[in-house]
Amino acid sequence: MNDKGKIITGLVIFFIIFTFPFWYNRGKAASVPEPVLSPTAKKAGECVRSKDYMKAEHMQLLDDWRDTVVRDGQRMVTNKHGKEFEMSLSNTCMNCHDNKAEFCDRCHNYASVRPYCWDCHIDNPKEIK
Amino acid sequence: MNDKYMYSLIAVFLLALLAYLGVEAAGMDVIFGVVLPYVAVLLFIGGFVWRVMGWASSAVPFRIPTTCGQQKSFDWIEPARVDNPSTTWGVVVRMFLEIVTFRSLFRNTRMKVKSDGRITYSLELFLWLGALAFHYAFLTTLVRHFRFFLEPVPICLQWLENLDSFMQFGLPVVYMSGVVLLAAVVYLLLRRLLIVQVRYISLASDFFPLFLIGGIAFTGILMRYLSKVDIVGIKSLTMGLVTFHPVVPEGISGLFYVHLFFVTVLLAYFPFSKLMHLGGVFLSPTRNLPTDTRARRHINPWNYPVHVHTYEEYEDEFREKMIDVGLPVDKMPEPEPEEEAASAAAEAETPEAGEKE
Repeated sequence: MNDKGKIITGLVIFFIIFTFPFWYNRGKAASVPEPVLSPTAKKAGECVRSKDYMKAEHMQLLDDWRDTVVRDGQRMVTNKHGKEFEMSLSNTCMNCHDNKAEFCDRCHNYASVRPYCWDCHIDNPKEIK
Repeated sequence: MNDKYMYSLIAVFLLALLAYLGVEAAGMDVIFGVVLPYVAVLLFIGGFVWRVMGWASSAVPFRIPTTCGQQKSFDWIEPARVDNPSTTWGVVVRMFLEIVTFRSLFRNTRMKVKSDGRITYSLELFLWLGALAFHYAFLTTLVRHFRFFLEPVPICLQWLENLDSFMQFGLPVVYMSGVVLLAAVVYLLLRRLLIVQVRYISLASDFFPLFLIGGIAFTGILMRYLSKVDIVGIKSLTMGLVTFHPVVPEGISGLFYVHLFFVTVLLAYFPFSKLMHLGGVFLSPTRNLPTDTRARRHINPWNYPVHVHTYEEYEDEFREKMIDVGLPVDKMPEPEPEEEAASAAAEAETPEAGEKE
């Protein structure tokens, strides 16, 4: 019995699937997204934490904020520079970073991340103190 | 202490240390991030083809399908079309179910001697369940990782991610496949360690892939949920690899290089290990052949011309002697056939009388 033809066909199919990323991107180097700081954010000068921390851990920070606000009822946080912030995605973060499409979405789309935070916490009426 | 699993475990720890120190201390991020992954991919493809072509050039002289049901016979006997396939379609269905649901593993039984001395064979499904969980979690994790190699990310990958994270807990949202993968690896490992008979037949080459894949899952989970890494930097590195414009961005954590190096080692090790059952399962001769051993004639492909002495030739050679001693013959000699046969028969019945004549 000789099934070499069938086996080679199988190997070719496997090779095509395995190398899918190589020919899907067609050798074009995709540009790395650069988040754009909005004028408001530039004017504010600094974020609640350092840039490197925020780059990697902002989702963790938001998760901690959510737990603190919802479970402890504590809304304010003081960072190490002694500055006080309200723990709110739509009221604090997005007050400065008001350009979601150029700041948040660029990296999120690049990394295929679709946070469900914004399912609710966006464009909601600002709370009245 | 068993050197088979200790050596495997130590090897995986050393690999992790090698990658971590290589990048963090020696600054060899180009080696670990670009050179070794390319070498590993070439080794994987080349080795895979080499192994499969080795199998393809082996002759399959006999039909050896395992028959797990009624073979096709008379029209009024219902054949098992999948478990004892006589057609190509039956084989295709059988192979598909074998590859997708591991049916032969499902038939796994365990022998036990009961307290009264009776032997029982019972269905043992945990290996099958563990294997299913492991393979499907691994497949999902693998496919999910294509988001690092494709730009833009196809919509079907986003569907898979949504499905994998539909429990929606944690932030970043927890992917079930990663958790199931690690749990299944731990189960398969414990199975090898705790069941004495299984431990006895386990080799270092059984433990090493488990530790390695466990290490991959562990470092992956660590990076996603605990020690966060620069995901955009990592994607620019992986995209550089698949677009042949390799870049090594600054500031990627050493943990990522440990993860990447584990995958690199897995790829390079793959074709030379038992993991080749990925390709081998398609070539299982007990599953991928139709049971037509008697319906069709199969000729051994390596038959050489054998000198045969057929019965006809045998009779031609010995006809006279056969007739003399009264053996029946197929072909009678031409002259006076009836007389000779009659006298031969008479001789056979009364040999003494013949002698007297």
